[in-house]
Amino acid sequence: MNVFRFILQNHDQVLELTMEHLRLVGFSTLFAMLIGIPLGIFIAHRPRFNKPVLASANIIQTIPSLALFGFLLPVPWLGDRTDRLAILALTLYALLPIIRNTYTGIRGVDSAVMEAGRGMGLTESQLLFQVELPLAVSVILSGVRVAVVISVGLATIAAAIGAGGLGEFIFRGLAMVDDRVILAGAIPAALLALVADFGVGWVERRLQPQ
Amino acid sequence: MHPASAPPVIEFRDVSYRVAGTQVLSGFDLQVQSGETVVLLGRSGSGKTTSLKLVNRLLTPSSGEVRVNAVSNAEVDLIRLRRGIGYVIQDVGLFPHFTVERNIGLVPKIEGWPEDRIRTRVEELLQMAGLTPEIATRYPHQLSGGQRQRVGVARALGADPEILLMDEPFGALDPLTRDELQREFLLLQQRLHKTVLFVTHDLREALRLGSRIALMDAGRLVTVLTPVEFLRSTDSLASAYVRALGGDLESAAKRGPS
Repeated sequence: MNVFRFILQNHDQVLELTMEHLRLVGFSTLFAMLIGIPLGIFIAHRPRFNKPVLASANIIQTIPSLALFGFLLPVPWLGDRTDRLAILALTLYALLPIIRNTYTGIRGVDSAVMEAGRGMGLTESQLLFQVELPLAVSVILSGVRVAVVISVGLATIAAAIGAGGLGEFIFRGLAMVDDRVILAGAIPAALLALVADFGVGWVERRLQPQ
Repeated sequence: MHPASAPPVIEFRDVSYRVAGTQVLSGFDLQVQSGETVVLLGRSGSGKTTSLKLVNRLLTPSSGEVRVNAVSNAEVDLIRLRRGIGYVIQDVGLFPHFTVERNIGLVPKIEGWPEDRIRTRVEELLQMAGLTPEIATRYPHQLSGGQRQRVGVARALGADPEILLMDEPFGALDPLTRDELQREFLLLQQRLHKTVLFVTHDLREALRLGSRIALMDAGRLVTVLTPVEFLRSTDSLASAYVRALGGDLESAAKRGPS
């Protein structure tokens, strides 16, 4: 298998691009969680905002990724560093599954449990942190899982605007019409997606309530 | 009416509640004295549950006021008000991710009781509710319906509130378990003398548990009677309830195999 020989021969670069890739995915998922989870909680508590918020996240999802990268390129501060731009775009794509699952998870908490908790005199934040979030955590994390897997795939396209990551190999391979080079990017990316999926799944099982 | 030497623990003063154009409760006046069990009896939609939720402010009256210990409950801090009132509902609403122990000890815990005092309190409450100590470490889904409701009652008594609000607590149980829990409720009440507002649509339960029965219909209070008075009442709705209860067993037995 000369793909693997190629990867071994270039292992320094494969490793470097994998790390870059991880960085893009890691930061964007983190930002998407920091924005998406509170937003999901917010729309679960105030249902009249749920349609506009979910619709906006949906629309973002429909923008072709290459076009979004292109649109953002001329933006002053962002365009200076293409990795910033890539992280922003990936964050936007990761929002929908995280917001939607947070919303679904919180809404799914048994209304009798909430009523009992409220009647007992739990404050809104005690209800959120001791009841709603622990009961919704596995649904929220399965949204994060979907977001991570999408991001690993999308991040390969970030190489088109020079943001680095495993997409570099893919684009270079395409230009050189060399399958080995394409696969040197695609295989580690696929593995990364599998590992990330498994990793978040593991955390999800650990945090699942009895 | 009841001699009102001490101020009532719970008092509804001309309370109305409207939601989305529907009048759920109108001109509701009721006094609950310390240590008595007042049963709100009526069919569904008569405003029983609404009245109950106005006491711990899960709902706010459209007009009138609800006084708890002689103070309008709108003037009391919401969280303080609720922590002083035990609340038991038909669906129990135990926290599924907490053990029985944590469920019962939750209010004492957020009230900042020391760990060992909470532990003693939980043991005491388990025993009071007729539960064995092994149950403490189980999760709600591992319990039977009757056990779950016992835990629900124990949890409501957690921080020893003076008032208990009970919304058809035994409604979803099988007849034998219900009978058992009613009997234990009476024993418990003899010991604890809580002020209880109890909702049911079952006259048998109302007669058995109530010091007084407040009969409700279409958002209005029809009459307040002791169980003995209720059975003799000439009020058309009250006597309709009594007839339905009497006819109940007879006609069921007569029907036989078809």
